[in-house]
Amino acid sequence: MACPSIIVVGAGPSGTRAAEALAKAGIRPILIDEGRRDGGQIYRRQPDNFTRSYEKLYGTEAGRAKALHDSFDALKGQIDYRPETLVWNIADGHVWTACGNAQEALRYDALILCTGATDRLMPVKGWNLAGTYSLGGSQVALKSQAVSIGHEVVFMGSGPLLYLVASQYVQAGAKVAAVLDTSPKGARIKALPDLLALPGMLWNGVQLTRALGKAGVPIHHGVTPVEIIGGADTGVNGVRFRTPSGQEKTIACDAVAVGYHLRPETQLADLARCEFAFDAGTHQWLPRRDQDGRASTAGVYLAGDGAKILGARSAEASGKLAALAALSDLGLPVDSGETTALRRDVANYARFARGLAKAFPWPADHAAALPDEAIICRCEAVSAGDIRSVMRETGAIEANRAKAFSRVGMGRCQGRYCGLAAAELIAAEARIPVEQVGRLRGQAPVKPLPIAIGEEK
Amino acid sequence: MSGRFVRLGETQRPPVTLHVDGQPVTALEGDTLMVAMLSSGGTLRQSEFGDGRRAGFCLMGACQDCWVWTEGGDRLRACSTLAAAGQRILTSQPEATWPAQA
Amino acid sequence: MSAASDIIIVGGGLMGSSAALFLRGHGLSVTLLETDLIGRQASGTNFGNVRRQGRALHQLPLANRAIAIWRKSRELLGADVEYLQSGHIRVCYRDRPELVGAMEDYAEKARLEGLDLELLTGNALRSKFPFFGADVLAGSYSAMDGHANPRLAAPAFARAAQRMGANIHENTRIVDAQKVGEDFLVTAQDGRTFRAPILLITAGAWGNALSSQFGEPVPIVPRGPNMSVTEPVPYAIHPAVGVMTPLEEETVYFRQVARGNIVLGGSTRGPSYPDAYRAFVLPQNTMSQLKQIRRLAPALGKLNIIRVWSGIEGYMPDSQPVMGPSATTSGLYYAFGFSGAGFQIGPGVGETMAEIIARGATDIPMEPYQISRFAE
Repeated sequence: MACPSIIVVGAGPSGTRAAEALAKAGIRPILIDEGRRDGGQIYRRQPDNFTRSYEKLYGTEAGRAKALHDSFDALKGQIDYRPETLVWNIADGHVWTACGNAQEALRYDALILCTGATDRLMPVKGWNLAGTYSLGGSQVALKSQAVSIGHEVVFMGSGPLLYLVASQYVQAGAKVAAVLDTSPKGARIKALPDLLALPGMLWNGVQLTRALGKAGVPIHHGVTPVEIIGGADTGVNGVRFRTPSGQEKTIACDAVAVGYHLRPETQLADLARCEFAFDAGTHQWLPRRDQDGRASTAGVYLAGDGAKILGARSAEASGKLAALAALSDLGLPVDSGETTALRRDVANYARFARGLAKAFPWPADHAAALPDEAIICRCEAVSAGDIRSVMRETGAIEANRAKAFSRVGMGRCQGRYCGLAAAELIAAEARIPVEQVGRLRGQAPVKPLPIAIGEEK
Repeated sequence: MSGRFVRLGETQRPPVTLHVDGQPVTALEGDTLMVAMLSSGGTLRQSEFGDGRRAGFCLMGACQDCWVWTEGGDRLRACSTLAAAGQRILTSQPEATWPAQA
Repeated sequence: MSAASDIIIVGGGLMGSSAALFLRGHGLSVTLLETDLIGRQASGTNFGNVRRQGRALHQLPLANRAIAIWRKSRELLGADVEYLQSGHIRVCYRDRPELVGAMEDYAEKARLEGLDLELLTGNALRSKFPFFGADVLAGSYSAMDGHANPRLAAPAFARAAQRMGANIHENTRIVDAQKVGEDFLVTAQDGRTFRAPILLITAGAWGNALSSQFGEPVPIVPRGPNMSVTEPVPYAIHPAVGVMTPLEEETVYFRQVARGNIVLGGSTRGPSYPDAYRAFVLPQNTMSQLKQIRRLAPALGKLNIIRVWSGIEGYMPDSQPVMGPSATTSGLYYAFGFSGAGFQIGPGVGETMAEIIARGATDIPMEPYQISRFAE
């Protein structure tokens, strides 16, 4: 094929390494990214006129961040880079893009989706109050804008990000009121064998916990969130939780950062008609792919956290692997030794990721315990009680049906933050395994699209 | 002016003045609109469905909770829009007059 | 041993669900069979216009019958299907001034059928509806029309029918239907069988698959509606709005729901896949629709759409449904192929089919809908 058109979506770790591998093979890929700058989330770059050092921004990951950013900067001349551009739909071998109000449909022979992840949320009563942020969001505030999300911040949830962001806040001079970890202390010990797959990363976690203790930040383990309290107009003023022994405590704060590890952004894979399968380990529906990242749709490849949460380091390897798979499928020469080495890398990270899922489990059972007045869907203000009463009235037990009747997942974010919890709630109410509830059917545009799109000035 | 977000550094940047609900707000060049608004105020908008004010959530363009109106009737996603001189932002819905603006 | 009842209805959309309710009202036992879940296809994915204006004049008695039911739907169904009688206006553009005459002509004739329309142009149009773009010339306003929520309607009718004793089987795909002696024997994919002396086919785009089994094939074409919706914005636009034009790409419409979202529909349409029960909105059709919406109501150009969807509607070549008794088989009845205009008349169709089946006759003129018009 004379100069195939290869499109990479996402300029984070996996997209950058995919584009790099393609450029090395003599291809000039189109690299489309929604952000103003490359780097994705964990390696998000600060604005041009900010001055903080890599060490300050990325801590132990400073070296990797710099290497990634330098690679991208070197790449720019060899790729067709489209920042601030949204891919809003995929059809007939084209991606449909929007940059402001300008639209363009781009043809591809191979499409590599590196769409990354967002935080995974389990609602708690009051999480819709102003001052509640996702853990990832609280990190973006610090990393990319040098602000703290509040004067006194509580970090709550589970996952490696919890301790990392809390300690980054402390180091940056913010006031951290507490860290509330919902994962039981014992879970990490059970997960140890898998976590040891990447010993360096485990040590980072231990160091972080120590640093927080030294700074006098109270850390509570095995907690159950009860409520984020505050006023409808003024926002958050505290967090109430229950300790493992059943005692209720309240911590005063004006901001809460909450999250339970990550969930992949799979909407484009869905629009590309890729098949999905239920992943029992994480209670999520993930797009099927082979060991090199080939999706079920011909010509579509999936890499990085946008396909399965395996972390930033794995993302770099899987981005490269997917690019090599695309090149090979297009009949171009590929170093099979390199492919074998990358596959081994990715397999190691998969073990670590399994350990993470065990150490920081998704608190599926919290959904059933949510009081009726807890908001599940932030966009549409649909409560747990609304969903339960719709189920009683209509017998809906499937995700899209429950959405049609209760409006859960029908808002601007298309179920990114409520979908997983809503499925657990429906499963608990209907007494069926969460897999049977199914998954929300993806629809274009993957993010809000201006009606002015394509308008000639 | 006290707001929800607290600046922890990077304050040596040129100022940028915009208006929020008719009042001047001084931000710093490189701020997102969200940071500009929340460094001097507590919330971004009113939830459409009666559960109070909102102040954003994910800061990465995923949750769509930080859309604000301009006085001219345009829509801006605060976390992914740069604060810029001359912006005139509203933190409440423009009410029933909006379709008459074209 | 098959389950038996007085009537089997195949197709759980709005036609089948409303027929089930009204047949129960006549005291007949009903079994309603639906391939997927009630109201998921055309009935659940259409625009939601509850309008009499614009229909062929012979449909107005049916539409009048339907509007009476919509008005009492909350009582009748014990559920809110978000019916809003906030009017309907259809406009024409300056480049087709002859359509004003067509509007006047229709208004005159429609008045005789009890539909009062008001023609508006110039300042009168713009002061009442300031959102119209500069290209809009005139509008025909129907104060007593409105809209409702299609996702909720058919399921609400079905639940009401069920409370009255109708047997409803979802996830039941019918693969065979035959008349054996005095009864119809209907077989599901999983082998279950159902028996009744009367069979009503309300299977939408799949209607032909069943009518063919009785020697009455019809040239039905499946199309996917082109639908989008905006984020919620302050409620300001009361009537449902449409465009009168011969061009498909210009035929767009919108309505604002009480919660604030604006539903957009129309312009060029994409394919649908009845065998796979899926339909997709092609991105180029979204682009065409949004361009036309900007022309029709420029202020909407400042908003975002947050979702698109499609479904599977059945279209007949003359845009009129197949309704009434079979021409080949006694005890067999049809109500399908509503050609994208079935939502408003749906409850009226159900009531009328129930009447025909239970009483043997109806005052509603049924001649234009006879299946025999497609006979060789």
